[in-house]
Amino acid sequence: MLKLDKLSKTYATGDTALRQVTFEVTAGQVVGLIGPSGAGKSTLIRCINRLVEPSEGTITLGDTNLARLKGRALRRARRRIGMIFQEYALVERLTVMENVLSGRLGYVPAWRSFLRRYSPEDVSQAFSLLEKVGLSDYFNKRADALSGGQRQRVGIARALEQNPELLLVDEPTASLDPKTSRQIMRLIGSACRERNLPAIINIHDVMLAQQFTDRIIGLRAGEVVFDGSPRALTDQVLTRIFGDEDWTRMRGEEPDSEQTRTPTVDLAEGV
Amino acid sequence: MTRNSSTPVWHYRTRTQTLIHWLGWFSLVALTVFCWQLMNENTIWAFVSDAPDQAADIGGRMFPPAWGYIDELWAPLWDTINIATLGTLMGVAIAIPVAFLAATNTTPSTRFVRPVALLVIVASRSINSLIWALLLVAIIGPGLLAGVFAIGLRSIGFVAKLLYEAIEEIDTTQVEAIRATGASGAQVIDYAIVPQILPAFWGISVFRWDINIRESTILGLVGAGGLGIQLSASLATLAWNQVAMIFVVILATVVIAEWVSAKVRQAVI
Repeated sequence: MLKLDKLSKTYATGDTALRQVTFEVTAGQVVGLIGPSGAGKSTLIRCINRLVEPSEGTITLGDTNLARLKGRALRRARRRIGMIFQEYALVERLTVMENVLSGRLGYVPAWRSFLRRYSPEDVSQAFSLLEKVGLSDYFNKRADALSGGQRQRVGIARALEQNPELLLVDEPTASLDPKTSRQIMRLIGSACRERNLPAIINIHDVMLAQQFTDRIIGLRAGEVVFDGSPRALTDQVLTRIFGDEDWTRMRGEEPDSEQTRTPTVDLAEGV
Repeated sequence: MTRNSSTPVWHYRTRTQTLIHWLGWFSLVALTVFCWQLMNENTIWAFVSDAPDQAADIGGRMFPPAWGYIDELWAPLWDTINIATLGTLMGVAIAIPVAFLAATNTTPSTRFVRPVALLVIVASRSINSLIWALLLVAIIGPGLLAGVFAIGLRSIGFVAKLLYEAIEEIDTTQVEAIRATGASGAQVIDYAIVPQILPAFWGISVFRWDINIRESTILGLVGAGGLGIQLSASLATLAWNQVAMIFVVILATVVIAEWVSAKVRQAVI
């Protein structure tokens, strides 16, 4: 179970991306996070696995407060959280198998991962996940040889290879065609149901969100303005989340596109 | 934009900008004329005027090249290739850690470690191989070792600079994805950074090796081994046909080196 309590994030530039966000996600629940660009959706899910540092508040996964972890403890927490990205974020020049196995990096020592000597259990799990996402013949292909939909399937397999307790999904369908988008959403949904896995899915396509999630949270300017069932998303609620006047107001400030200047390898996390 | 009887007129530059541009170009031309005058104050035009005759004379003495001289060139040629190859290996080995310390996205500290790494790069790059060789011949004595070190020290800066630029240009979402799995710093480098910079790394290293072949042919001029020793001996005795033969050997070596480096770069990218 995931619990956010009064989570806030203010960037160094002074932009407030999240204001006192509080909600809980129970096991097996698939939550759709909707809102206009710049509302803080990406920041919110990146705060949970600490790719972005939250400014205030607590994030509790199981018994751990993720907001205060450092170094080894943080890496141990991250390996419990799978993440799926908008642009797939596969390592383009590695093979599909290496990409899926990279989901085990938090569990294996560096020399083993360097020599690509993963345990037979890890490898057989990777094979069965590739079969599940329909890519069993592709394990030796390089990631950059795959199509968008196939890459996102590898992304899903990589996240599930972690045996996560929580799935964070950042705009999984933004770069895909409508049909592939539905297949990908269905795949994520079925994986969550099968494993009783809670998930937070960032998505700007309201139709897809309504169709494939159990619960919708609406975010606007960093605040939760709606939290309820997908059926309760009326036109009035949508106006409250997206608002007509936002078109002009949002253009100037998009905290989501803000690049935080954190070093790629954070030595505080330990080597 | 100015208004001219209600039709808007658009100018590329304002009046002041035009003036500044014109002044800029004018002073550039004036400077060129001035420099030309200064430069040629000590030129003895009589020498310049018979330059074509001199060139034709030396050219005549060079031809035909002393083909038989090749027998004495094989050993120095082998030395030259060894100097270039070992020097490149040494340079690359040192350049890799330096590049990671210099890249803003991998350095442990932008305030202390990065400036030191950048200083190493600049120091190595600002001194020509020939000058390095002069220094090293004085320090470790004449011979191959001085040449290897000279080439190696010069290569550090070149390789490290291009490599750290490649590291800074990597796609950060791939790094994010690997960090999100709970990977440690070493694993992030291994899985997210190294695959992205590997083609650049091979390209840079082979390119540097190719340059080093060329540079090591002249290191012998200052006593650091290789073809340059033969070259300086032949120049000193005015044996122009031997000099021509050495040029032919250098040319052939460089052409082969370029061909090899082009092939390697094709293979890795």
